[in-house]
Amino acid sequence: MSAADAPAPPESSDATIVLYRLEACPYCERVVRKLDELGLDYHSRFIEPLHSERNVVKRVSGARTVPAIADLETGASMSESANIVDYLERTYGGER
Amino acid sequence: MVDFEVVSLGKTDHLAVGETAPDFTRPLVNAEFWEDVALSDLTAEGPVLLVFYPMDGAFPATYTWTEFRDRALGETYDVRIVGLSISTPYEHKSLIADRGMGYDLFSDPANDVAEQYGIVHDLDGMAGVSEPRPAIFLLDADRTVEYAWVATEWPDFPDYDEVERALTER
Repeated sequence: MSAADAPAPPESSDATIVLYRLEACPYCERVVRKLDELGLDYHSRFIEPLHSERNVVKRVSGARTVPAIADLETGASMSESANIVDYLERTYGGER
Repeated sequence: MVDFEVVSLGKTDHLAVGETAPDFTRPLVNAEFWEDVALSDLTAEGPVLLVFYPMDGAFPATYTWTEFRDRALGETYDVRIVGLSISTPYEHKSLIADRGMGYDLFSDPANDVAEQYGIVHDLDGMAGVSEPRPAIFLLDADRTVEYAWVATEWPDFPDYDEVERALTER
C-alpha cells in the first residue's frame, strides 16, 4: 500500500499526482480546488461508485474511500479530503 | 443470409492503409477505473488494433466483443486491442464486467474521433445521435495504418479471419 502501487499515468500526462475521484463527489472537488489553487498538475482517475469494487484505491491508499491521492514525487499516498488538503498545503504551499 | 438487400452506408473517405492515424485523447476505461489516455500512449508500447463498434447495449457490441474474447487475439498476437464507442465510461464498465473482457474501451460520446477518421454514421431515427461506423484499424508504433476495414452496410461485421491474417502477416 503506497504511491508505488498506483499504475503510472500515461506518457501524455506530465502530472506526478494521481487523484482517485468519483464524479460529482464534493470531497473530491474540494481536493481539486486545492490542487488548482496551488497550481499543481494532476492526473484524474475516475472509479466505480460501488464501494466494494474499489480495490484499486485500496491498493494505493489502504482504504476504499475517495478522494485519494498518490504523489509519485514524494511517494506519499493517502485518503480523506482534510488529510489531503493539509498534505498539499504543507508540501507545496510555500514554494509556489 | 437475409434474402433482401441490406442498407448500404455508401462510400466514405476514411483513413486508409499507409496513412497516419490521427492522435486523440479520450477517457480509456478498464475494469477498475478510467483516465484520459492518448492513442499515442498505446502505440508507443507496440502495435494497436483500434476497434470502432456500435454503442454498448445493442447486439453488435456484444457480438463483436464476444468474438474477440473467444478468438483470444490479444493473447495470441503481439498487439494491444482497444475499443471505441460513443457510450459513456459507466456503460463501458458494465460491458467489461458483463463480458468478462480483457480489453479497454475509449469513450467518445461527441463522436469527434469518428469525424477525424472519416467514419461517421448518423443513426436513422435517433435525432442528434451519430456514432462511428463499425471499423478496425491496425496501427504500428508510428500510428501508420497497416490494415483497415470500414463497414459499408448496416449492419456489418468485421471479417475476423481477415483481421487475424493481418495480424499474422505483420
